[in-house]
Amino acid sequence: MTKIKTLADLVKLRDELQSKQALADSADNAESIIQIKVGMGTSGIASGAKAVIDFLVEALEKRNIEANVSQTGDMGYSYAEPTIEVKKPGKDPVVFGFVNVQKADEIIEKYIKRDELVEGIIPVNYHTIDN
Amino acid sequence: MTKYKQIRIALNNCGVIDPENIEDYIARDGYMALGKCITEMTPQDVIKEIKDSGLRGRGGGGFPAGLKWEIASKNHADQKYVVCNADEGDPGAFMDRSVLEGDPHAVLEAMAICGYSIGATKGLIYIRAEYPLAIKRLKIAIDQAREVGLLGKNIFGSKFDFDIELRYGAGAFVCGEETSLIHSMEGLRGEPTIKPPFPAEKGYLGKPTNVNNVETYASVPIIIRKGASWFNKIGTEKSKGTKVFALAGKVNNVGLVEVPMGTTLREVIFEIGGGIQNGKKFKAVQTGGPSGGCLTEKHLDTPIDFDNLVAAGSMMGSGGMIVMDEDNCMVSVAKFYLDFTVEESCGKCSPCRIGNKRLFELLERITKGQGTMDDLQRLRNMSNVIKDTSLCGLGQTSPNPVLSTLDNFYDEYLAHVKDHKCPAGECKDLMKYFIIAENCVGCTACARVCPVGAITGEKKEAHLINSETCIKCGACMERCKFDAIIIK
Ligand SMILES: Cc1cc2nc3c(=O)[nH]c(=O)nc-3n(C[C@H](O)[C@H](O)[C@H](O)COP(=O)(O)O)c2cc1C
Ligand code: SF4
Repeated sequence: MTKIKTLADLVKLRDELQSKQALADSADNAESIIQIKVGMGTSGIASGAKAVIDFLVEALEKRNIEANVSQTGDMGYSYAEPTIEVKKPGKDPVVFGFVNVQKADEIIEKYIKRDELVEGIIPVNYHTIDN
Repeated sequence: MTKYKQIRIALNNCGVIDPENIEDYIARDGYMALGKCITEMTPQDVIKEIKDSGLRGRGGGGFPAGLKWEIASKNHADQKYVVCNADEGDPGAFMDRSVLEGDPHAVLEAMAICGYSIGATKGLIYIRAEYPLAIKRLKIAIDQAREVGLLGKNIFGSKFDFDIELRYGAGAFVCGEETSLIHSMEGLRGEPTIKPPFPAEKGYLGKPTNVNNVETYASVPIIIRKGASWFNKIGTEKSKGTKVFALAGKVNNVGLVEVPMGTTLREVIFEIGGGIQNGKKFKAVQTGGPSGGCLTEKHLDTPIDFDNLVAAGSMMGSGGMIVMDEDNCMVSVAKFYLDFTVEESCGKCSPCRIGNKRLFELLERITKGQGTMDDLQRLRNMSNVIKDTSLCGLGQTSPNPVLSTLDNFYDEYLAHVKDHKCPAGECKDLMKYFIIAENCVGCTACARVCPVGAITGEKKEAHLINSETCIKCGACMERCKFDAIIIK
């Protein structure tokens, strides 16, 4: 990565990253992509998040679904670990709780492929700093 | 902002970004606050902003962060230090771990901001070795920040240099106390010393040192970005912003909760927490860890802030919140915390070393049904002496779980002492398992499952439990299909 030597450098880098993100998020775009985050804090990992992320990466590839799978920290729902967030382009992100490999499979087949709802959705229950 | 009870400030990026990728942090305005401070603000401006925000320390005491920074900035020295307290020793607490695992750059950025404002070039994070994942992610974050020049020399092309190193703690609770922490980092025994001098005057290696908690730092970049007047509109008059709690115990939705100061305990436990598990009755909530107290039904509508919790006989502490139901014996709860304190007391001063042990022994006698009314008075007197005469915060607060349960659950102590009964059914020494002869069909299931052979009886005849041998494990009761076994 290039060095950040001034505030302007940082602003430029941030803007680039943000527009890349916006492209990935928007519905009809060559670069839009399904984004999946797996909660990999200590409690997530202790509940089996590692197996879930490994499964997701492998299964999505095998089934020819383009998606970006990444790890993130604790989403806060310790009671429902492992938790994953699925964001389809143009849609609000959806958080699923109690996700084991079987559940992850169901999420791919139903929610990701066919937009069918799957049980175990955790509703948003907090404000962010921007709203 | 009324739709939801929670606002995520310290947890802003937690569970959102990939903590091992600095680009994710930068895309969410990461390091903009540091850039703004160095490029557009004087150190005094930064301190004023933090003071105006009303941010108070999240590690326990609630000391105003801006004021602490100002004191450190005014103490001149050739070298100063910025220390992050990531020792998180309270049983059941995991807020700091989650922040470090989920958003490590926020803490690094805030430490650099603090360094800029007080005139320090070195930062140290004191983290317990039991947090390997947080350590790994911090190391990655530090390396990445160095690589792009956000840590190191001439940050943002200015004259300001700042770098951060990790220091590991071995998990002694007392090492979370700031003077102890500093001694531990110096390679000395992790024992507290009397304050003053405060670390801001004489800290690490005798130099002015600013010690703040993980969550305190994690709130700083957003305050700088959004402004003190945005932050200080959230919360109560004397406690601004939000607080993260690790909600645990007998509550349905165990997890991380971040609410504005002034939210009530009821909202946290029953709305966000989803109420008590298995439809049981709420009994108490413990806040403040081993230094805090147990609050009851009558405190449920108290707005949570630093001062209200103290007035109610507990304290904010670092944010552990353990919910108890009707099956929890409050004498046992007090004993649990005392057991912890006795184990963790460093032994330097006698009120804490000896006093807490004696308190523990008294509680043990009570839970065995051997306590007297004099013991209850002794508990109270000794608690007050320990509080008044201990050297550091550990001893000064360790009797709080005893005092608050004495105040709020005196009847339960009386039941143990006078009737030799534990109303919650938790104290094994005060329970006896019985077989109701009329209900027993003599199926022998209980006798077969008892691990110590305490149950005798002929087939098809009523059985009997020998209370001398019985270890009160409850296996027979679970097995019996005829409701013939009861606890008295
Ligand atoms: C026995 C004892 C244990 C403590 N443990 C911690 C801890 O684990 N984490 C923490 O941040 N502060 C802990 N503190 C408070 C620190 O001494 C200090 O006040 C705090 O780190 C200051 O940061 P703050 O102003 O940001 O809260 C402890 C204090 C005592 C007396
Ligand atoms: S109060 Fe306890 S922990 Fe603190 S110095 Fe005294 S013995 Fe050590």
